Amino acid sequence: MNLAITLLMAVAVASVIGTVLKQNEPYQNYIIKFGPFWFEVFEKLALYDVYSASWFLFILGFLVVSTSVCIYRNAPTMLKSISHFRTHVGLNSLRAFHNRQEWVIPRPEAEVAPQLAAMARTHGYRLRSQDHGDHRVHAAMKGSWNRLGYVFTHAAIVIICIGGLVDGNVPLKLKESSGQIQIETRDIPASQVPAKSWLSVKNPSFRGSVTIAEGTSANLAFLQLRDGYLVQPLPFRIELKDFRIEHYFTGQPKSFESDLVIHDPELEQPLESTIAVNHPLVYKGYAIYQSSFNDGGSKLNIRAWPLLARDLQPHDIESAVFQDVKVTSPRGTLTMELTDFKLYNVNPVEEDDESGKQFRNYGPSFTFKLRDETGAAREYENYMSPVEFEGRSMYISGVRTTPAEPFRYLHIPADSKYSLERFLKFNALLRDQERVRELAEETTRGSFDQLTLERPELRQEVIENMVHLVGLFTQGGVDAILEQVNRSAPEERRTQVMDAYLKVLQTILGELYLELLAGEGVDFSQGMSESDARFFDDSLNAISSLGHYGAPFFAQLTGFEHLQASGLQIARAPGKNVVYLGCALLTLGVFLMFYVRHSRLWFRVEEKDGHTRLLFAGTGHRHERDFAEEFTRLRAELEQRLGVADRPPAQP
Amino acid sequence: MSVTQQQMMQGFEKPSFWKSLSWFDWVWAALVVAGSVYVYRNFPHLMDVYEIAILVGSAASLIALGWLWKPIRGLSLAVAIISLFGISRYGTDLGLADQEFFLKYLVSSQSAVMWMSALYVMATVTYFAHLFSGSDFVGKVASAMTWSATTMGLVGLMVRWRETYLVGADVGYIPVSNLYEVFILFAIMTALIYLYYEGRYRTRSMGAFVLLVISAAVGFLLWYSLDRGAHEIQPLVPALQSYWMKIHVPANFVGYGCFALSAMLGVAYLIAARVTPGSTLARRLPDLELLDDVMYKSIALGFAFFTLATILGALWAAEAWGGYWSWDPKETWALIVWLNYAAWLHMRLTKGWRGTPMAWWAIIGLFITLFAFLGVNMFLSGLHSYGGL
Repeated sequence: MNLAITLLMAVAVASVIGTVLKQNEPYQNYIIKFGPFWFEVFEKLALYDVYSASWFLFILGFLVVSTSVCIYRNAPTMLKSISHFRTHVGLNSLRAFHNRQEWVIPRPEAEVAPQLAAMARTHGYRLRSQDHGDHRVHAAMKGSWNRLGYVFTHAAIVIICIGGLVDGNVPLKLKESSGQIQIETRDIPASQVPAKSWLSVKNPSFRGSVTIAEGTSANLAFLQLRDGYLVQPLPFRIELKDFRIEHYFTGQPKSFESDLVIHDPELEQPLESTIAVNHPLVYKGYAIYQSSFNDGGSKLNIRAWPLLARDLQPHDIESAVFQDVKVTSPRGTLTMELTDFKLYNVNPVEEDDESGKQFRNYGPSFTFKLRDETGAAREYENYMSPVEFEGRSMYISGVRTTPAEPFRYLHIPADSKYSLERFLKFNALLRDQERVRELAEETTRGSFDQLTLERPELRQEVIENMVHLVGLFTQGGVDAILEQVNRSAPEERRTQVMDAYLKVLQTILGELYLELLAGEGVDFSQGMSESDARFFDDSLNAISSLGHYGAPFFAQLTGFEHLQASGLQIARAPGKNVVYLGCALLTLGVFLMFYVRHSRLWFRVEEKDGHTRLLFAGTGHRHERDFAEEFTRLRAELEQRLGVADRPPAQP
Repeated sequence: MSVTQQQMMQGFEKPSFWKSLSWFDWVWAALVVAGSVYVYRNFPHLMDVYEIAILVGSAASLIALGWLWKPIRGLSLAVAIISLFGISRYGTDLGLADQEFFLKYLVSSQSAVMWMSALYVMATVTYFAHLFSGSDFVGKVASAMTWSATTMGLVGLMVRWRETYLVGADVGYIPVSNLYEVFILFAIMTALIYLYYEGRYRTRSMGAFVLLVISAAVGFLLWYSLDRGAHEIQPLVPALQSYWMKIHVPANFVGYGCFALSAMLGVAYLIAARVTPGSTLARRLPDLELLDDVMYKSIALGFAFFTLATILGALWAAEAWGGYWSWDPKETWALIVWLNYAAWLHMRLTKGWRGTPMAWWAIIGLFITLFAFLGVNMFLSGLHSYGGL
């Protein structure tokens, strides 16, 4: 029995490993985490997949064997004791009981015996009597089903383990180690996966997953195994008609649903069914679960507005998620890899008041990677519609260089028509050197009239300076100007020079902006409106960050056709019912064991000279304390019944 | 002679269970049935067939529980009356929680939980006073406080159940779905199981120890609510929208409550075993044999329910995650807890271990349980990540 406890504890301790160390991660992650030496040590110990490691299965197997042996040895006795009344118990054995009492009753046995039987039955005991010649033993017991609890619980452990073994991936491991199958690690279409990585369609138990886009179908599933996968063909085809996400009013997802159609030659007509989380479809023993969702290759209309050129000619792109598009730009040919589209972007908004978490929908967005000819890429996340920030509408676009870092956002102000037009025109105007020069000349004309007469070259210098500063600003933002100041001016004058530069820049940019407004027909004779002024500031902020933004264009999403894909999990577990049977037995067994109390009573009766000598004894199996109380009550009742309450008990 | 014998036998006839029921027991049963019928008639659209089965099952269990352990009847009726009062105060406006007098100070779920918290802490202090003074009256006050705290805690959960529907008709859920709610459940379950043994063995000397762990839970609950705003009602993620939650979670918390109780009795045992026999304190501390026995019973009860809960969890997992067992950290830790208590019970039943080592083991068991309950959510990630800290 100590073995049982040792095994239970061993399984417990071994199980801990798998919860502390994340299981079945790509091996690369483990190497990074542990270094090459420990990686290999842990791999040898199979710690990356503890629960199907041979040593773990060995412990489990040992537990099953030892439990089986335990059942084999004890169950017959236990089962026998259910119907065995032990009417052969000897006098000395009875006298050894902790709970016992003897009386000599001045009445014949024929009067005493019915009382004993009546009392035992009243309290739910079954009775069996045996005549031993000079004495009779009436043995009673109740709750003997308790013993069945032992058999049930122990058998349940064995049954559950066997069922689990059937459904586990041990057969797969065996096939793999014998070289019958090979894990595929390349990211290639299923049709190109070599036959060695395909499992039989008859494979009785597996758990795989497959992603199906709306309007398409699949007749296979992928089994993730360590750093690769296997392909599991299905005897039917699953078509995804529609995938839906419903939301709560707060914006959090409420339900994920897929409308599936099962195409099977054996079906007269295709089977239609809607699955949702917690509501799988079971077809021919294959359970199909809603487990995730993805973009299914949404069609996107994108307008790429040049950000670095003086002309405003946009380039329209029609493509779809998971497609690549070549784009020529001043920075060479770039590959735009469309990676995702999201219809909703529900983000938490931090509110100051105590009203709790607030959520806001930022509308559709799409993400793409922009890869240059060297292979380096940045990732972008662009929102379709402008988003309100402090009363202003902004187009936002996030950028990052690695997936590990968070997006940094470019905020482009939207004009009064919620379009990008004004900003883009302004940006283009700044890059039109000739126009900048013209305006610089106009601006300086009035203020330099007096000076120019004396030093005409000074005005020219200021104009050049303005053009140069605007050029710097459009290329690298305020940072570029600061850099130039740091390079050219002596340290003690830097602040002064920078201030002067910014003032000059502000003047010329202001003039450019006013020209733009005039072109739009805005009347600013009474001064500029607050929103126009803010637009100017926001535009400058945006233009200043374009250098860091990195993309030579702003990709505006102008239209889309949303196509989703549903991630399904497909499982076949023939051992499930075996496990459930084990579970039912376990539950029943545990309650029988703890809540059906097995108690025995004995009445040994001997008649002599018209007197009856009675020995009353009892025992409670594994509930001695409570039984002692019951025995005391029974003894008192017996004394009442037999009228011996005031008699001193007989000495043995 | 035969006549007297007949009479005598009648006198000893153990009255049948049905005959032993009082009129109040029948009123109790009628009220539970009436309440269930009302729910069935008025909210059928909110329940699927399984939930209707759960309703019938819980009504039957509640009636049986009330018959077998009489104080449950009073408790349930008090909870029902106060909860209905709170719900009626709300009407359909959740905003009244901060305006309406009764809601603000008494029966909104947040206020009720605060009352529960305060009463449990006061009960803990009072039980200690009882332990040191030996005063019966103080002990009765402590019991009354524990009963009241439990009442308020249950009212808190019941009213919160209604509040989830006031947040949004499609939001409504049974409030046992996040860490905040199950902590309330944990405190209530532990207290109820304790109160059962208090009544069964007619001793209040164990109370101080048991209420200590409840106070600790209350402390966590207050921090979690006040510092983290955990009491905010958030809609359920799709994975949790299932009837299984209504049985899986409560069954689990009967288990957790029992294990916590047995660990605290373990503490009491270790202390009582060290006190000089015959001293005043020794007389006031619970009897060692009793502690050992209740510790065993509580672990047995907990083990039975924990087994059931884990199996229910596996059934749910088979429906939600595509497999009855995924070696997910929470599942695995549930197994570890189960194995631990299975070993404990083996030791006691087959090896006859008693006393000090078993007390220590019960205390260690609480730490393992605590890790399964809290630690997994805090330190490990997995499918079960609903109650993050």
